[in-house]
Amino acid sequence: MNDILKIGGREFKNKLFTGTGKFRSRELIPKMLESSGSEMITVALRRVDFDAGNENILEYIPKNIVLLPNTSGARNCDEAVRIARIAREAGMGDFIKIEIITETKYLMPDNEETIKATRILAAEGFIVLPYIMPDLTYSYKLVDAGAAAVMPLGSAIGSNRGLKMKEIIEMIIENIDVPVVVDAGIGRPSQAAEAMELGADAVLVNTAISIADDPVSMGKAFSMAVQAGRLAYLARMGEESETANASSPMTGFLR
Amino acid sequence: MNIVLNGTSYQTDSDDLYGLIIEKKLDPSTVVIEYNGRIIRKEFWKDHRISENDTIEILNFVGGG
Amino acid sequence: MSFLHELEKYENFDFDKYFGSVTSGDVKKSITKEKPGTYDLLNMLSPAAEAHLEEMAKRSHSLTMQYFGGTVSLYIPLYISNYCSNGCVYCGFSARNKIPRKMLSYEEIEKEALIIKKTGIKHLLVLTGEAEEKAGFDYVKPALELLSKHFPSISIEMFPMTAEQYSELKDIGVDGLTVYQEVYDRNIYARMHPAGRKSDYDWRLECPERGAKAGFRLVNIGALYGLGDVRKEAFLNAVHAKYLDDKYPDTEIAVSFPRINHSEGNFKPDHILPDRTFVQFLTAFRLFLPRVGLNVSTRENAEFRDNILPLGITRMSAGSKTSVGGYAESEEGGIPQFDISDNRDVPEIISMIKKRGFQPVLKDWELIR
Repeated sequence: MNDILKIGGREFKNKLFTGTGKFRSRELIPKMLESSGSEMITVALRRVDFDAGNENILEYIPKNIVLLPNTSGARNCDEAVRIARIAREAGMGDFIKIEIITETKYLMPDNEETIKATRILAAEGFIVLPYIMPDLTYSYKLVDAGAAAVMPLGSAIGSNRGLKMKEIIEMIIENIDVPVVVDAGIGRPSQAAEAMELGADAVLVNTAISIADDPVSMGKAFSMAVQAGRLAYLARMGEESETANASSPMTGFLR
Repeated sequence: MNIVLNGTSYQTDSDDLYGLIIEKKLDPSTVVIEYNGRIIRKEFWKDHRISENDTIEILNFVGGG
Repeated sequence: MSFLHELEKYENFDFDKYFGSVTSGDVKKSITKEKPGTYDLLNMLSPAAEAHLEEMAKRSHSLTMQYFGGTVSLYIPLYISNYCSNGCVYCGFSARNKIPRKMLSYEEIEKEALIIKKTGIKHLLVLTGEAEEKAGFDYVKPALELLSKHFPSISIEMFPMTAEQYSELKDIGVDGLTVYQEVYDRNIYARMHPAGRKSDYDWRLECPERGAKAGFRLVNIGALYGLGDVRKEAFLNAVHAKYLDDKYPDTEIAVSFPRINHSEGNFKPDHILPDRTFVQFLTAFRLFLPRVGLNVSTRENAEFRDNILPLGITRMSAGSKTSVGGYAESEEGGIPQFDISDNRDVPEIISMIKKRGFQPVLKDWELIR
């Protein structure tokens, strides 16, 4: 089946995006990428910790995988823009996931700062994937600002609670012209399948894969779930039918 | 010479950015340098002199979602 | 991007073949879907769906109650000029018809306004023929400014204007635009509109979008049934409404289903929209577009209007005179644009709506400046 997702001129056959965070061992990352077939993976930028030794995460990511650097750690637009520019300068390419978090209890993204950063970075030629609190109005504004996709959260980061924001995400999927990637909160393959059944263009799963006992198998499980959900969406599921209870006919006047 | 490196005061013997990287035992291909708020490309590191009180950030890529 | 691009998708679509291939099972599936797509819309507009009318009507009713809560918005049309430079072959106001032409003076307009106001309905639809050189923007703008002192909500149904003109009108209190494409089939369009500014299909097609962009709160579109193949026309009109509804979330989109009845030109329509098919379209539109306003005018007779009220209708005209100066004049007034089939006055319409368990809305909002 020729079902290709396009973001910023790149084509993705596999609709599971993955992350590099929280793996027990970095050797697991390339194995997980292979088992899942994921074509895009997130990385983060940090100050070098001189005491901890400097291991390069990029060594573990095969060259054909699209790198999606995130701006995690940014608390406002300026910091996110700064991180994005550094990432590009470091040869990361043009993809950037904007992640701006000021609220530290639930780690909710700051949509307002995210829009500002999106506008600036899109104008500089970045392919901007903003991570947002699901909101239709903000999504419209993000598209206006030049976002290449929008990434609404399913539920709080790392919470594994699934699609708590389902209704709003559905609205975004139906109304927004750019790809919609459900990011954060997806803890089980069934939840990833549910997002794809709704019509999401992709899902981004990190923690649920990396902290599994067997991340390599879990990556594959998520990939299969994403494919199943996508296929079901394309096959257009039948809806539950209401039983028509005949009271007085409404069209009886038509003879 | 005293500089601010990754947010803390640091005494360096190096004259240029490349030297600083080697001094810190880092692999140049894996790190990014922000020098006084500007990103300096790798090819310029050897020519880029360090001065007293410079603010230098050395960054690298780590795991993240 | 405008709807023109969207429309191109269907240019080579074989409507007859598709409509002919739809089975009863296809229809059943489509009408029970929570979110019907364009193929579901086609299925619901197909001849096969006629067998499922009752089910569609029930669903349409419950969706309408869910989204509109049984409210029916009432409006009154006011014709201020019947000068027209278009040659629409089907229209009573066509330039080819030798009828008395009239445009109201501002004093006369005010007189009409005062009479209409007494009915209690605060939603006004102001209409003109399309004669920009005679009764153009410079004539209508002061008229609308004057009317906006009396009516908190004013829609216009006039010659298509530029986006700038719509913005200007929005600033003086106009909040709605009604413009019918008449017929979406390009060839028929060209035959029906041989003369005048209206012969420009694209200019008209993009008109509702210009209104939505200008920030009107209501944009009402429609196909005039009788000119082209009714199922194809209904389909293209519905996807037009969907396009606008999706793209302009801050504008309410409404759809009318005018069918040609007797007009002064004695035009004989090539296509007929029977009552049964009318009801099918109405309910199919509601199932496809739950939030969109569905409008029925006094072109339809009283009995039919009453009967279709529970099937998805959310807007109705009342006490309509379609001749220029019709409210102030005696019964024998001017030549109407089309014949009125529901002659009940406003109190009669209001009591009918209430009797059927719906809530007539005479005034929806007032902008506080």
